[in-house]
Amino acid sequence: MSAILVYALHYDGAFNKNSLGAVSEGAKLASELGTECHAIVVGEGVSDELASSLGNYGASKVYRVEGPEGLAQPVVDAMAAAIEAGGHSYALFGGGLLGFEIGAGLAARLDAGVCMEVTNVRVEDGKLVAERPILQDSQISSVHYRSKVGVIIGRLNAFEINETGGTATVEDLAVEFRPHSLKAKMVSRGEQRGADVNIEDADVLVAGGRGLGKKEGFDMLEELAGALGGAVAATRAVVDAGWYSYSAQIGQTGKTVAPKLYLAAGISGAIQHKVGMQASENIVAINKDSNAPIFEFSDLGIVGDLNKIVPKLTEAVKAKKS
Amino acid sequence: MKICVLVKEVPDAAVEKRIDPSTGRLDRSGEKNLNPFDTHAIEAAMQLKEGGALAVDEVVAVTMGPSTATRALQKAVSLGADRSVHLSDDALAGSDVNGTGYALAKVLEAEAPDLVLLGQQSDDGECYTIGAVVADHLAMPSLTQVIKIDVEDGALRCERQAEYGYDTVMVELPAVISVGDAINEPRYPSLKAIMGAKKKPLDAKSAADVGIDPSRVGYDNARAHCTDFAAPPAKEPGQIIEDEDTNETVEKIVAWLDERKLLA
Repeated sequence: MSAILVYALHYDGAFNKNSLGAVSEGAKLASELGTECHAIVVGEGVSDELASSLGNYGASKVYRVEGPEGLAQPVVDAMAAAIEAGGHSYALFGGGLLGFEIGAGLAARLDAGVCMEVTNVRVEDGKLVAERPILQDSQISSVHYRSKVGVIIGRLNAFEINETGGTATVEDLAVEFRPHSLKAKMVSRGEQRGADVNIEDADVLVAGGRGLGKKEGFDMLEELAGALGGAVAATRAVVDAGWYSYSAQIGQTGKTVAPKLYLAAGISGAIQHKVGMQASENIVAINKDSNAPIFEFSDLGIVGDLNKIVPKLTEAVKAKKS
Repeated sequence: MKICVLVKEVPDAAVEKRIDPSTGRLDRSGEKNLNPFDTHAIEAAMQLKEGGALAVDEVVAVTMGPSTATRALQKAVSLGADRSVHLSDDALAGSDVNGTGYALAKVLEAEAPDLVLLGQQSDDGECYTIGAVVADHLAMPSLTQVIKIDVEDGALRCERQAEYGYDTVMVELPAVISVGDAINEPRYPSLKAIMGAKKKPLDAKSAADVGIDPSRVGYDNARAHCTDFAAPPAKEPGQIIEDEDTNETVEKIVAWLDERKLLA
């Protein structure tokens, strides 16, 4: 059997959206290949109800493994064991940090081909071919697997969630973890840093990146956001640097947004950021570097010094609105 | 105690990247530089060595790449590494993530480090997965995107941002840690360090020297094979304004926003 095995990440009793998308995608591809889509959940005391709920997204079987949560290497052991038992031909992951770590570790373990940042998967001659945008998304390459197992790691939001109303059987799989997989231990997980702000419902977002130069640069973005009637968002780099709240972060390990207006100030536009905001209706970018990738996907790009432009823009917006 | 830092030579960000249509590989000619993310890994190694909580005797920069990659090693040494190892072999050219991680693990095995540090991603191929591949081969615990490392009872207390917020993880040594760019501000090399870099030991290793199985590396043995490069659906290019007169620029932005009814 050449079934597809999908990793489903969960936290606090719910599955990750990207994982549910991956299960849906796996089910769709499995039906084209004439095989089955299985899912695997690793955690502490995962309920029957939670595990079997993946049937609603197209998984026919769910492997449930008792093990530590939030770390990649125990999942590598678990997936290697499941693939050994089930003979799966592909391992599929939705976008996110853990999927990258697990997928890469699994590729090493199984001597398997791996492709990350996948935006589309197609069936060709009874095999899966992964499509991956490269070079700042200027080209798309097709990746063919020449190994017994192929590892496919999706880009954030690449796979759509599709509820099938199906059911899944839950199979408990006992896994003996490798010694090194237990040498990293979670002390605390999911700590929120900074104030809790809601950016997902805002029609207008003014986002700041490293180009602001310092934490205080966010003050002028707050003012511009206020004038535009919107909220302030941030990139991972500045959140990691402690300049702004984690709850306002866009991208790979943050939020995905699609406001009417996304105004990016001092943001270069790395892929990890782009995937979280590219569906915005109107994208305006201010950056002093004319080569910044963000100009490739902005609707209006301003090459200039944001410290000069943003305060004047705030005044002009206020004047126009009054 | 020994820390190995994996470094990589990448095309300078200012040089336009392209795929060589005859080979289907990234054209790696043009100006090269040390991967900017790797400078954070070297700095993290230096801070652990200078901090004294771990008895670090040696920081070793390790790379895999063509003969020009020695420049990246010299940069790494000028930033503080004590010596460097250069794995270079025609048989390794065109290796995929799987093959590259395997080959690097073989060099590292020979060095037997207590800690392997690397930058969380590279500027060219975005392969921020190498750390996880290397760790599985070396059977060491691993964590990526780490932005804070503290030594606690001989282990590393690491912080990083994951899907649901910030995680704190205790990692026992030996380990493989990929660091994020928020972990530190890399120092600038002194002129003396730059001049002295060429005098520090540089070991050149071939694939055979470190026992690499040739059937697992190189373009022909890539488990994931890239082909058929295609252009994505064309997107209408956006309008660009070069800011010369800021009052005028702002007027244009406001008009643009107003036209799209974004100032209602």
